[in-house]
Amino acid sequence: MIMADSGSSEEAAVIGNTDITSAESENNIINTMVERGTSLLKKMEISVAEAEKRTGKNTVNMQETYTVYLIEIRQAESVTEGGTPAAPDTLWRRYSEFELLRTYLLITYPYIIIPPLPEKRAEFVWHKLSADNLDPDFVERRRVGLENFLLRVASHPVLSNDKIFFHFLTEEKGWREAVLDTGFQDKVDSRLKSLSAMLRVKTPDRRFTALKQYSDELNAVVSQLLRVRARVADRLYGVYKVHGNYGRVFSEWSAIEKEMGDGLQSAGHHMDTYAASIDDILEEEEHYADQLKEYLFYTDAVRSVCKKHELMQYELEMASQDLAYKKQQKEELVNGTVRIFSLKGMTSKLFGSESQEQRESRLSALEQSIEEGMEAVMEKNTECRDFVRAAWEDIERFKEQKDKDLREALISYAIMQISMCKKGIQVWSNAKECFNKM
Amino acid sequence: MSVGTPRGLASSGQKPITEIPHPLSAAEESLSPGPDVSISSGGEKDLELTNGTLVENSSPASASSTSTSALLSRLQKHVSTMETYITYRVSTKTTRIEFDLPEYSVRRRYQDFDWLRLKLEETQPTNLIPPLPEKFVMKGVVDRFSEEFVETRMKALDKFLKRVADHPVLSFNPHLNAFLTAKDLNKRQGLALLTKMGESVKHVAGGYKLRARPPEFNAMGEYLDTFSQKLGTIDRIAQRILREQSEYLTELREYASVYSSWAGSEEELQRPLEGVAGCVTTCCGALEDLSENMSQDFLPVLREYVLYTETMKNVLRKRDQSQAEYEGRLEAAVLRKQEDRTPMPLEVEKCQDKMECFNADLKADWERWQCNKRQDFKQLLIGMADKNINYYEKCQTAWESLVTVLQDKQTEDKTSETN
Repeated sequence: MIMADSGSSEEAAVIGNTDITSAESENNIINTMVERGTSLLKKMEISVAEAEKRTGKNTVNMQETYTVYLIEIRQAESVTEGGTPAAPDTLWRRYSEFELLRTYLLITYPYIIIPPLPEKRAEFVWHKLSADNLDPDFVERRRVGLENFLLRVASHPVLSNDKIFFHFLTEEKGWREAVLDTGFQDKVDSRLKSLSAMLRVKTPDRRFTALKQYSDELNAVVSQLLRVRARVADRLYGVYKVHGNYGRVFSEWSAIEKEMGDGLQSAGHHMDTYAASIDDILEEEEHYADQLKEYLFYTDAVRSVCKKHELMQYELEMASQDLAYKKQQKEELVNGTVRIFSLKGMTSKLFGSESQEQRESRLSALEQSIEEGMEAVMEKNTECRDFVRAAWEDIERFKEQKDKDLREALISYAIMQISMCKKGIQVWSNAKECFNKM
Repeated sequence: MSVGTPRGLASSGQKPITEIPHPLSAAEESLSPGPDVSISSGGEKDLELTNGTLVENSSPASASSTSTSALLSRLQKHVSTMETYITYRVSTKTTRIEFDLPEYSVRRRYQDFDWLRLKLEETQPTNLIPPLPEKFVMKGVVDRFSEEFVETRMKALDKFLKRVADHPVLSFNPHLNAFLTAKDLNKRQGLALLTKMGESVKHVAGGYKLRARPPEFNAMGEYLDTFSQKLGTIDRIAQRILREQSEYLTELREYASVYSSWAGSEEELQRPLEGVAGCVTTCCGALEDLSENMSQDFLPVLREYVLYTETMKNVLRKRDQSQAEYEGRLEAAVLRKQEDRTPMPLEVEKCQDKMECFNADLKADWERWQCNKRQDFKQLLIGMADKNINYYEKCQTAWESLVTVLQDKQTEDKTSETN
């Protein structure tokens, strides 16, 4: 019954963190889903304002360089009422603290698709882009990603009410201890153990199976897209940069020409401009890649919810199986029929029938066990039902968010492409004007 | 003997060079426009199983400035078991009196052009003869009978003939006349001349060192060296861009297909994703057009100028040789004169004439070449800019229409939500 224990301790964690009973917790989920306005973002502005490189000693007393991010909090009331906004509350957090926060949320809210963090190391990069963790461009993109993560959590109907999250935003000291005090890590271990076990769910929920399949598909296609995009960026970079060589050769050629000289010279400058313009274009496009990456990482969060559902379903099935076995035992006992290959049957045949007294005590013990089993099944059933309801609510919310975000990302990508085309037309028109003067 | 009036060395029996007005002057055009030449190609391929049916249609390469009507001729593929080659139809319209008829149409193969060029070089040694496209192509790399190759070569041959026909001296050459009009070219005659010519060149080459090359020819030499170097660089850059573009195209095609396959697993996002896939595919098409246009229009012109520059260098070298010959003979004569007090031999005067003739022709051809080069490169580079602008415009249109569709859908969704 380790499973049941871990289930109850999980509830305890929720209670410990949010100061509400489990019944209220369920209500709370429903309430917050309805009243989206109660999210933390309505009350405060959150931003990750800057990043800073620091050097310090790590746990094994080794010198290490790391980046800290400045979180700024501004109360919404102070902005609207005060006229001049009050100075924001600020605190520094390391990436590892963001990771801890996310792990905590992941364990504590198994039925919620927890927003992903930006990548720890740059992936799917094209060759000109640095994969160095301390590279300023990478740090900047991660700053944007971390801010996005905080905003996603703060606007989430359930997550935004978490006390540990609030603590993370408002008190720099003692946060790590507070997280560890919740005891969520104990559950990580048992959960992980049970997740790694081969689960054979007999009657899987078709909705979750479909969702899992979809998130696998999404993961595969988005990672492929990101890989190809990086290669496309590489090639495009090449095409533009080679045009830069025209700049040099036109300029050199112009030195030996009389009438053509000026036109060639200035056309050369435009070719230089053309070659240089790709840097900004691709840097902007990296933002689009980050948007896609967020959803690539989201697929893991979705799969995690599916897996937790599977685990819960497995526990329910195990409990029902257990109950069915006990019921069968009772039936056998009452009817006196003995299964052919039962060891007990063999012993009773060998040593004669047990006494009436023995039979009755065994029957009552079985009946009590069946009673317990029925309770366990009911409990699991309720747990499972609640999980499905809460999870599905969040999944619906996620789907809506995903469709909206990705549609917007595609639109902004198209707009980026248009601006690239316009830049190209501009440069070539300028060059054409120069050629015309030759 | 004055430098200003060199004797007509060209043994073609035509008007002296000085009497021929510049081709760009307006007066000349009405009086004696050069033969208006156009070429189209006919294929004669060695194919065992085909018969002589008409298989292709082709329009002649662009007509020159004096042309009033466009010509259309059919390409014929002939069966021949002996040899496989392509013939080009050369159509001529002219008002010049040396031509018996106003219009001619003959078939010529590459080696006939080669013959013409050799003849011109022989008979007009002091002039710059435009280059022919290279004879040898890498076997296996280029299919000599492919439509693309024939097309490109036809354009280059057309350019060659136009340049010759536009030239104030070369256009009067009887070999050109024969090339444009004769049903059968009698090429044997030429071969004898060629060997003779070869000897004389050899003889001169072994001659004397130059005392001093006039500064204007020095400047030409320097210009040609730098120019051919830059031309080579531009050619390499253009080829490199084509390679980069083709690799970019490969990736872009895959990029489009990933969007399509993603669209397959989405509901709400299906249309937007398909839209993006469509846009990327449109861009692929536009890029393909751009690369194709660049490799068909841009590269051959560069190639022609590489050859043209080489030809120019050759003429410059020949001029130097004639100066060397003259100086050598003059030196010898002066020495003899000091001893014998004999008058300057006629031979020396002849050499001087030749050199003066060379100098004058070269200067005139140089000016003409510079002028052509300026026009050609202006046109070429404007063409490059236009092709790129066109490419970006096509892509922009595609993306803009997608944005319009997606944003309309978005506002539609929003209004339906609020309703």
